[in-house]
Amino acid sequence: MTNLSNNKFEVTIRRCGVPSDEELVRCPGVPNTKRLHQGPVAVIECVEEIPCNVCEVSCPRGAIRIGKKITNLPMLDSQSCVGCGLCIPKCPGLAIFVVDQSGKDIDKVSIPYEFLPLPKPGQIVTALDRNGQPVCDARVERVNNDPRNDRTAVVTLLVPKGLGMKVRFFWLKGEEQDVQRE
Amino acid sequence: MKSEDTDRRIYEHPILGPLKDGKKCVIIVDGKPIEAREGEPILAAMLAAGIVVARQTEKRHEPRGLFCGIGLCSDCLVTVNGVRNVRSCVTLVEDGMRVETQAPEAAQWG
Amino acid sequence: MGIARPEVLVIGAGPAGLAAAIEAAEHKASVMVVDENVRAGGQLIKQTHKFFGSELHHAGIRGINIATKLVERAVHLHVSIQLHTPVVAIFEGVVVMAKEEKVLETIRPARLIIATGAIENAICFPGWTLPGVMTAGAAQTFVNIHRVRVGDRVVVVGSGNVGLIIAYQLRQAGSEIVGIVEAKPQIGGWGVHASKIRRMGIPIWLSHTVKEVRGDDRVRTVVIHQIDSNFHPIPGTEKELIADTVCLAVGMRPQVHLVEMAGGSFVYEPVLGGIVPVHNEIMETTVSGVYVAGDVAGVEEASTAIVEGQLAGLAAAYSLGKVSRPAFEERRNAYLQALEELRSGPFGDERKEAKRRIWNHYDQLKQ
Repeated sequence: MTNLSNNKFEVTIRRCGVPSDEELVRCPGVPNTKRLHQGPVAVIECVEEIPCNVCEVSCPRGAIRIGKKITNLPMLDSQSCVGCGLCIPKCPGLAIFVVDQSGKDIDKVSIPYEFLPLPKPGQIVTALDRNGQPVCDARVERVNNDPRNDRTAVVTLLVPKGLGMKVRFFWLKGEEQDVQRE
Repeated sequence: MKSEDTDRRIYEHPILGPLKDGKKCVIIVDGKPIEAREGEPILAAMLAAGIVVARQTEKRHEPRGLFCGIGLCSDCLVTVNGVRNVRSCVTLVEDGMRVETQAPEAAQWG
Repeated sequence: MGIARPEVLVIGAGPAGLAAAIEAAEHKASVMVVDENVRAGGQLIKQTHKFFGSELHHAGIRGINIATKLVERAVHLHVSIQLHTPVVAIFEGVVVMAKEEKVLETIRPARLIIATGAIENAICFPGWTLPGVMTAGAAQTFVNIHRVRVGDRVVVVGSGNVGLIIAYQLRQAGSEIVGIVEAKPQIGGWGVHASKIRRMGIPIWLSHTVKEVRGDDRVRTVVIHQIDSNFHPIPGTEKELIADTVCLAVGMRPQVHLVEMAGGSFVYEPVLGGIVPVHNEIMETTVSGVYVAGDVAGVEEASTAIVEGQLAGLAAAYSLGKVSRPAFEERRNAYLQALEELRSGPFGDERKEAKRRIWNHYDQLKQ
């Protein structure tokens, strides 16, 4: 893997496997802070040019644009997007979330999830950031496992205000990876 | 965690769904009867029963087992019903099959 | 019951082979596909993740389901699929196969499409022969097809897409992933695959490799250490990990034995996995009437395998007089355009260039 200069900005995802905060701010699929505080909206954390346009096809409101060159990064029209979440289970890279930072005390994050057991509404889980580090406890608000999503469940978590752009995964209590690695 | 005595089949899977009820049979590995499912290779039944060693090497008697999984590397060879060098990763089970994890064969001429 | 003398014989019932068979059959050629495995679908039947690309490339559908669709379409078109039938030799114009591994049969097809895919590489280190050390493909086969756990604590070697995906799939099957070891100073595979792993807290150790694996009747611990920019180990950086399984995801190379037997020429293209058969844009090798498609023609992806299969099937059918020239050109151009798209972006550009070099090489050899 050598020449990545075709991409618009330097990619630190190559080294950490995780998009940096700066990459996310500049990513055309990530809405700005103002929009995030207006209500639920899609957050498409797709920062590398790979040939794929499933998200564009999945949005019923045409809020996601990729265009003819399917390696283009998906662009989110955040005013057209209502945060319906139909795109979440469609992304083959599981890189799309719906975040709602409009609440007074809590943020909401909807996350694609393909593991068993599925959590249940009301359950408390340990919420993790993009590096898999625990950030807070979260309550499961909803679990959507519609068969049309082809086994990609969507789990909506309630997290403390301000953490909606940090939380991207979770462990069930008691199911944490026991990794005494060394 | 001692896993040798547990059943290592994957009964529930988030994408593949529940393991379907299949026709079962019994194969005998080194004298021990183990449950097998019709349509699976010998090594799958062995791994499900926690048996990971298929054979020992000729010179140094070192343990070998699953490596390539598609019948190319010869690490998983076992003796079946007296016939040596059977690829356990691709050869399907049959009810009553006698499987022996393959011991080194003494060199013989004549 | 097979066809006695098929116009097109396809070796390999993976995505490339099935796509080739479907295309040729759509143009009314009589087609037989043979495969050494007991199930059709090649590597697709282990791929539980959803595919990328566009609707044209079955994007958004899980690999396992794409395989089912391809087999159904082939059967619908009266393609004869002979499973458990390895091809053991190719002589001039003649293909010898072992029907259900019992009876030798010879076939003289009018056209031959070789779609035998790729085989996995391995790296050696002390302890690599212990039960528990296996290729990523072996783990995938036993977990996703045979539904048996291969280990409880897994170290994955290699952070290309295969390594990243196998780590995710083994986690789904209930194993713990101790970490991913990568020799280069950056992650090999796509960012989105890496992100799925990282959000679970699984570490990816860059500039690291396996020093040795320790155990008795199976793997018990794995010692990794850091390497410098010349890939030399840095003393004092050893870490001993508790694990019972090591999955090697260190690349694949085309499985070219049958192309060699058929008399094909080869070039060395590291970007595509190593030794690759020389072929032109429509997948014909330097042996007239013999085509290649899929990973055997260069290790890429299932999406490119399918389109290359379609090209090979189209070319074979056209050469048999089954397709008019305008229809042939239109379809050929559409398939070539699809391949251009799939080979674009920072990950695809290298492969695009490598394929161009191979096509040029074909032109030079055929002058």
